Order: sequence, then C-alpha cells, then structure tokens
Amino acid sequence: MQLGEGGCRTGSAKITMEHHDTSKERLDSLARAKWAELGGSAEGLKPAERLRIPSQPMPSQPADVRCKNMSEVALGYTETMARLEAARCLQCPTQPCVSGCPVELPIRDFVKAIAQGDFGGAIGMIKEKSLLPSVCGRVCPQEVQCQSLCTVGKALKDVGKAVAIGRLERFVADLERSSGKVEVPSVAASTGKRVAIVGSGPASLTCASDVRRAGHDVTVFEAFHKFGGVMVYGIPEFRLPKAIVESEVDTLRRMGVKFRSNMLIGRSYTVHSLLETEGYSAVFLGTGAGLPHFMGIEGENLVGVFSANEYLTRANLMRAYERGRAATLIVEARRVAVLGGGNVAMDAARSALRLGAEEVYLVYRRTEVEMPARREEVEHAREEGVQFHLLRNAKRVLGNERGQVIGLECLKYELGEPDASGRRSPVPIQGSEYVLDVDAVIVAIGNGSNPLLQQTTPGLEFNKRGNIIADERGATSIPGVFAGGDIVLGAATVILAMGQGRRAAAAINEYLAEL
Amino acid sequence: MSAMKQVDYKILHHEALSENVFMLRVYAPEVCRFRRPGQFVLVSVDNDYGERIPLTIADADEKEGSITLIFQRVGLTTTLLSELAVGDSLASVLGPLGQPTKIEKLGKVVCVGGGIGVAPMQPIAKAFKEAGNEVICILGARNRELIILEDKIRSFADQVIVCTDDGSAGRKALVTEPLKELCEAEDKPNLVVAIGPTIMMKFCSETVRPTGVPIIVSLNTIMVDGTGMCGGCRVTVGGETKFVCVDGPEFDGLQVDWDGMMSRMKAYSGQERKMLENHQCNLEKAAAELEARK
Repeated sequence: MQLGEGGCRTGSAKITMEHHDTSKERLDSLARAKWAELGGSAEGLKPAERLRIPSQPMPSQPADVRCKNMSEVALGYTETMARLEAARCLQCPTQPCVSGCPVELPIRDFVKAIAQGDFGGAIGMIKEKSLLPSVCGRVCPQEVQCQSLCTVGKALKDVGKAVAIGRLERFVADLERSSGKVEVPSVAASTGKRVAIVGSGPASLTCASDVRRAGHDVTVFEAFHKFGGVMVYGIPEFRLPKAIVESEVDTLRRMGVKFRSNMLIGRSYTVHSLLETEGYSAVFLGTGAGLPHFMGIEGENLVGVFSANEYLTRANLMRAYERGRAATLIVEARRVAVLGGGNVAMDAARSALRLGAEEVYLVYRRTEVEMPARREEVEHAREEGVQFHLLRNAKRVLGNERGQVIGLECLKYELGEPDASGRRSPVPIQGSEYVLDVDAVIVAIGNGSNPLLQQTTPGLEFNKRGNIIADERGATSIPGVFAGGDIVLGAATVILAMGQGRRAAAAINEYLAEL
Repeated sequence: MSAMKQVDYKILHHEALSENVFMLRVYAPEVCRFRRPGQFVLVSVDNDYGERIPLTIADADEKEGSITLIFQRVGLTTTLLSELAVGDSLASVLGPLGQPTKIEKLGKVVCVGGGIGVAPMQPIAKAFKEAGNEVICILGARNRELIILEDKIRSFADQVIVCTDDGSAGRKALVTEPLKELCEAEDKPNLVVAIGPTIMMKFCSETVRPTGVPIIVSLNTIMVDGTGMCGGCRVTVGGETKFVCVDGPEFDGLQVDWDGMMSRMKAYSGQERKMLENHQCNLEKAAAELEARK
C-alpha cells in the first residue's frame, strides 16, 4: 500500500541499485548456480568446501521502496537459498549453537534436515521446542544468541557470516503456514482443571500452549481487542506481519485454548478472585512492561510528544497508517525526533518515515556501539534515511502558543569513564545546546511496570522496580500464581519471554498434578 | 457469567435524549458487576479500523447485565455509535477502568454536571447521598433540551439547581454562579465534584479556589489503551505528570494544568473533522445510491 507523500532520504540509493540488489530473483539465481555447481546436493561436502559456500543474504525490498510501504522488509529465502545456507553448517558434534538458544531448539538437526530438503522434518523438530517459529525467525536477536556461537562464523571471523539460523527457521515455518497444513499439537485428555493466563504476548501464548497440551482448560485474558501483546501493538507490520501472529493464535484456538479480549485483570476479576471464586486452579501473569518512561524534561506534555508505545500502538494495532480508513489518527509530522537507541526506537523511527515524515532524527546519548538495538535494525534504519544524532540528548521540547511541538533542544555529549555496566558513560558538554526543528517527538527510552497488579493483588511480591519477583520456574510469592516475560524481566526479548512462559508452564503442570 | 466466555456487547436499548445526545444500554455483564461510581469504559465500534474512546458509565442494570452509556455525537466514533441500533453489537467494551470515586461521609457535597457530564455525575452524587451526605446537584446546559437525567437526580438529591445559558429552564446562568453562592455561604459544602466540559471544570475550580472548598474533577482525555501502557492521556497535576486512565480519572481541580490539558485535547481536531466530513460524505453518497436504485 502507498503511504504518505513524504519520503525518505536514501543517500545510498545508487549503491542499493548496483551492489545491494537484494531482490529475491537475483539472489535465488545466484543460489541456483552455486547449488548446481555443488551437483544439487550438500551430501559429503568437506568442511572447507562448506566454508566456501557464500553466506546467503536475506532478500529484501529496496530501501527507497520499502520506506514508503508497510509491507515486510525481509522477503524470506527461496528453497534453494535455504538448502544452500543450511549446507554451510558443519554439523558440529558439540552443537554450540544450541546452548545459545533460550528454548534450546535442536538447531544442528533441523539445519541438516533443511540441507537435505526435508522441510517438514525440520519444522517438526522446531515445533517440539518452540511455539512461534515464524515470529522468532524474524525478531530473535540471533546474532547475540545461537549465531554468536556458530563455528562457521568463528572460522570466518565474522559473526555476520555464521549460519543464518534465524532465516532458516523462518523459511520452514513460513513454508508450513503457507501450505495451510499447520499441524495442531496434540492435547492430553481433559484434567478438568482451569488455568488463567493474563496477557497474550509471547510468554503467555507459550505458557498457554504447554499448559493446554497437558489437558488443562486454559483461558487467556487480554486487555486489548486483539491477541499477541507486543507482537501486535509494538512490533511493526514491516518487521512482523500481524497475519503471522493471528495464525499462531488460531493454532492455540484449535487446540481448545479460550481467548477473552477486553479483560483487564485487576479492574474486573482480580488474581485472587480468579483463584477463589472463578474456579481457576492456577494463574500465569504475563502482562508485559506496561508503563512508558518519559524523560522528565520541560515541554514533554506538548501536543506532538508521544511515548513509543502510543506512537506504535496508533500506527500498528490501530492501523493509523491507513489514513482515511482508520478512525485512530496519528500526528501528521514532517520532521520527527526519536529519543533512544533500542529496537523500539528503530521501529518508531522507521514507522515515522512510512507515515510520511521527510526527516527523522534519532537522538541517542551514547555512540552506535552502545546502541542496544539489533545491528540489522540499525542498518535498516540508516538505509531508509533515518539520521543519527549520536552523543546527543534531549534537553527540552519547544512549543508554540497552541501547545504544539516546534522543536527539540539537544545537548551534545562526550564519552567519559566506564560506568557500572562497563559502558563509557556520556558526559554533557556545557553550552553545546542546539535546536532540531521538529513537529513530533517520540520517546523510546524504555518501560516501567504497570502498577495495576501491584495495587490489586495483596500478597504478590514485587521488587523495587515494580517487577514481579519469581523464581527460575516462574513461581511467585502466592501459591498457584506464576509469572514470566517482561513483567518479571523488565524489558527483554520475545524469545526470553517464551523461555519463561515455557518454564512456568512446566511448573504449573507439576503444581496441578500435585493438587 | 463465566469468566471463560467472550461477551458480545449487544445493544439492548438505544435512545436519543436530544438531537446530539444518545443513551445506549449495552450488555456487558462483567463491567456491570465490577463497576463503581467514577469509573469508565473504552469502547470501539470496529476492531480493525475503529478507535477506542473513553465513555463514563452512567448506570448499570444488574438484572440485565447491562451498562448505560450516554454520549454526545461529536466525532466519527460517536457518530457511528449513534447510528447503531438495538440488536447490533459494539466491537469492544473494556472496563471498568480508572480509580473509583472515594465515597465517604463528609457532610454536604455539591455535584456539578455540565452537558453530558451529568451522566457520570449522577452515580457519584447518588453514592454520596447513600453514604449519608446532604447532596446538592447543579445541572447545566445550553438550553432546556440538553438538560438530561433531571428526574432521576431529583429522586435522591436534597436540592437540584438547573441552569441554562438561554434561561429556557431553571436559572439563566452558568453553573459557576450558584456554585459560588453555595461555596461563599456560611454553611459551606465539604466537597465539590464537577464533571463536564473541560472549560467548565476549569472555571468551577477557579470559582471554589478562594473559598477553600476542595474540588474533585473527572477528566475525559484522549486515550488509546486505557491501561497505562501508552501515556496518551497524560496531564500535569500539581506539577507532576499523571495518567488519567490509571491515576484518574478524578483529580484535585485546583492542581490540574487546564490549559495544557485543553491543548492536548485538540491534538487531532483538524484530522478528526476531515474523517467525520468524509463519513458524512459517504453517507450522502450511499443515500443517493439508494435513492437512484428506487
């Protein structure tokens, strides 16, 4: 779909054409040629030969095209590309990659199956361990998990050249979904016991699946009108299409999981009333990190200042990008400043471009090296024309007489001594203020935890930051109440949340067996 | 009602109270069961393309499992809501949301309701009455047609003062006039509760400020999720940023930064007008097509 008139500055447009032709057709034809060279099989290749197979880039929309549409940036491997990429795997007996995976996918084995062309076998192995392979293949930070430990990447002295495990996972998961033959996991005979899952993000959905498989009656309670949590309100369509999340939710429905939208636990049913009067034997709390941090600077309540949560929710969940059709509106900004350096900041900046902003500035206190965002996201943002203002921080937001944003006063920083986290902490340079002319500011500096459960669940223990205190299996201070995901971890990733959901499910199943 | 069953939010009753003010009774058994005075819901008419708007809960019928919503047709969503009929369903009703009103026995409580603000004011006034207070209600509107719920309020309030801008009912005055008299009297009220247009709540607050009477206002800002997740509803109260959805909707009227709030309320007014015009345009087109087919 065509978006706002604005447009993005793709300074590297020429390079994109000549050296970065990432079209599926071209990359596939290169892969086919190589595959033919190998004789159409990867059997019996020596390690040195495997290392010589070029790493397969991800086909993607060109930067100057994609920054004007909401469609997914990455287009996914073809069959040949997947087999060729899988053929790069050395099949290490020690499987270092597996220890880097929070849910311990049998990576070596599913990669081998892909190399052999047994895609059904591969997805089967993945789904034993992971509920959301289409999602994880897209949004997991593989470069700091499985792929960081890959022998191929180490041998080639470049983690970027490790076997592209995430892309392979995505390939087989997408293939299964598009075949329309998604296998519904089997469910044990009914135990008659009820479990309430609060929230419907990655931790909750994973927990719901595993608890349901054990034969318990599972109800998921979600405050929004759609299920998926951060996967539907936060992560934009161009990174994670909503249809994928919907199909995962649909699989759970087919397993018999019940879903209730528009239910805010704490204001209607409470954790205690679910257990004491509504007939639930256990509750899992996967409510996420739901309270945006603001900078606390002057002018932050002006019209045109958003939390990233608000901006992304309007843009994604409420579909504000479909102007004229969606009733939810979003500011029509020409120049946007995004504060922060994480994945959410990149999502907000790239969404702003797609919503028609002409200039998008990313203002970050440290340097690019310290940015918590994934490398890939930073590169995508830069390619699309997001302008980085590094070692800069917002000092105050300037407004006009109608209370609308007209500028952002920034202060320059330099790197000082390393702090507790080992990162060199930025120190402001006095008198270095300058003003960015902007008409919108998006604050993407993280989330605190929503106080509602704390206010309404006596006996549930929280730490000083408002996160629920839970042991490694998700058990909280109240028997029968388990928790996982961002409400326990603070800000984390989809895969870590899933890992917690899975462990909590195992604990819940054990707890119910003993009841 | 089982906690496991999804609700369809069916419209059980639909009534136009005046040209632009409507009353709906909607099946929402859990909201009905858990709601307390002062709380609100977020409703939507379309889960794909709709917006979520906050509406206060005017009443509830426990036998029927319904809540009563009273709203004024101002923007696209309230227009679409007004066009629904009995038997149709809302796409979403999330609630109850917000902190309930702190109801206690104080002595004398004055409740001011302006326009459709009378709807959320009514259950609060009633609860104060039931808690043993003397309750005086001031109802204000532009004209006689726009005064709502007067009989209902007369049924429990100790005194009801009606004000209209044009004098077509009650006193020809702004609500601040009788409010000032009451607060300056020897037998001052112990609390004022004011709910209505932002500008009315601002001037009620300014009216009571010199008298030393405390005032509670109920804010109705723009919201997206209503659970504290987005911060779109934030206002400055006593120099601090507060979220209306979780910290409110009620605040000390003397501490609210009214001008800041009013500019935030207007954030989308231009775009909204366009959406509404577009909708009306489509309606006219549809009507013309129907006509042509005949």
